[in-house]
Amino acid sequence: MVAAGLIVLLAVVLWTLAQGAAPTFATFGLDFFTGRQWDPVNNVYGALPYIYGTLVTSAIAIALALPVSVGLALLLNEVRSRLVRNPLTVLVDLLAAIPSIVYGLWGLFVMAPFLNKYLAPALAGTLGRLPLLDSLFVPTPAVGNMLNAGIILAIMIVPIITAVSREVIATVPHDLREAALALGATRWESIRMAVLPHARSGIVGATMLGLGRALGETIAVSMLVGNGLGISTSLLSPGYTIPAVIANEFREATSTGLQHSALLALALVLVAISFVLAALSRLLVRRSERMAS
Amino acid sequence: MTTGLRPPKRLHSIAARKAKSAAFMGLLWAAGVVAVVPLFLLVGYVLMKGLPALNASFFTQTAPPPSVPGGGMSQAFLGTGLIVGIATAISVPLGVLTAVYLSEYGRGRVAASVRFVAEILLSTPSIVAGAFVWGIVVVAMHSFSALAGSIALTVLMWPIITRATEESLRLVPNDLREAALALGVPRWKMILRIVIPTAGSGILTAVMLAVARGFGETAPILLTSLGNDFINTNALRPTDAVPLRIYTYAQSAFTQWQTLAWGGAITLLAAVLVLSILARVLSDRQQRRIG
Repeated sequence: MVAAGLIVLLAVVLWTLAQGAAPTFATFGLDFFTGRQWDPVNNVYGALPYIYGTLVTSAIAIALALPVSVGLALLLNEVRSRLVRNPLTVLVDLLAAIPSIVYGLWGLFVMAPFLNKYLAPALAGTLGRLPLLDSLFVPTPAVGNMLNAGIILAIMIVPIITAVSREVIATVPHDLREAALALGATRWESIRMAVLPHARSGIVGATMLGLGRALGETIAVSMLVGNGLGISTSLLSPGYTIPAVIANEFREATSTGLQHSALLALALVLVAISFVLAALSRLLVRRSERMAS
Repeated sequence: MTTGLRPPKRLHSIAARKAKSAAFMGLLWAAGVVAVVPLFLLVGYVLMKGLPALNASFFTQTAPPPSVPGGGMSQAFLGTGLIVGIATAISVPLGVLTAVYLSEYGRGRVAASVRFVAEILLSTPSIVAGAFVWGIVVVAMHSFSALAGSIALTVLMWPIITRATEESLRLVPNDLREAALALGVPRWKMILRIVIPTAGSGILTAVMLAVARGFGETAPILLTSLGNDFINTNALRPTDAVPLRIYTYAQSAFTQWQTLAWGGAITLLAAVLVLSILARVLSDRQQRRIG
């Protein structure tokens, strides 16, 4: 009975949000996703800038976090000394326990000023001078920008991708590693020949879980992303994300217009994407583990 | 599906291959360092900025007007206690019962779908939990409240407790269950007297992890409990919480408020890290005892 409650909870969450979002979709239809105007005064709602900002910050986060996480997961699998492995595991787990508000506070007062002073001009001066990349790194005087938000997200999702990747990598049979080594493979070759092919779909699953977390992260991102409406190709300009706009506008929203409904529509989109990613991730990780055994 | 080695297409000299291997191992170590450096930087700064903010008035006084020295966050501490306390009281029975069902009774398709849904709900974005509870609780009660915040946290904590408790119940050896059943003990009594006590510290671990999560969540509380400058002990009224207060103060221009935000961050970080480390120690002990 109680256990079925979880299924009921899932259904009620989706139903409540869909109910709230219905007027918005009835009014704007698919224009809700492609509209660039978000104007509570005139009751016009288009979510494209938020969708764009969410995708860009999450993409930065994955691009930075994936190599680090996979490298770390492989390292934890390689290192036999418990003196190194245990502390490293504990430290990464603690990273996952830190509340997002603490990341946000540290990011806002320490990380962002530092990056804006050193990293942003450096990027604009080097990569920003190259053709094709020049539109990505146009410096702005704004404190918050999409790159900073992406970097804090990367720090936050490393423990998630690492933990799941590690689980998958641990299921790779030892025989395969030993066979590779016995054939004269170097350590790296044995990883590439025996470990990575078997762990690949699991690592993809781990990444999806990290992506879901990055898409839904609210507080740290809303403190760092700049909350600027508009679509800019430059990673160094302010952006806005779906969770951030829900957090910022929800309490002030008036009940007369469609604002609450539009925000609930954004929440529905977000939760639908998160659930699909979580389900896919689960299937991939399970398949990877079954394949290995 | 192929389960074998994937040999490289061509081989270079052994020296080159060894150098390449060493270089990649170096990269793995670099990844390890890059991953943990932010932890030290963050904890270091929070200690540096937060410790000076901690004094008697920080824990005993309520929110100060802007630019007035002194003041504290007592209303936020009490509020967090109230919100997380109610959330724990709701989600622990729900989570433990769900886990007992999954581990002791759950067979077949129903159990598989409950387990799957628990996995999925683990990834509910916290802001969505807030928006959902706003939609069904705040609107219905015509008021933001501590209770609404607790329900939003329950949405997040129930799956966490379920998953972690089920894992610890599965560590209980089947011999114990069979021995009890063979002695003629009814199943419910076997679960109550044998399985749950044996998994005890594992269940405590699950609860601690969920409580740590509850302490730190900002977004769901923002849309449901709203915040309050004064001490409130009525669960049906708007209530303050530590993360909420940090969020407000961090975005203000007043240095006194920012100092209080760092003080809030250090207490929050301490509480969450102590809970996580304790949880870890407990679960390690349980695994060693049973396994």
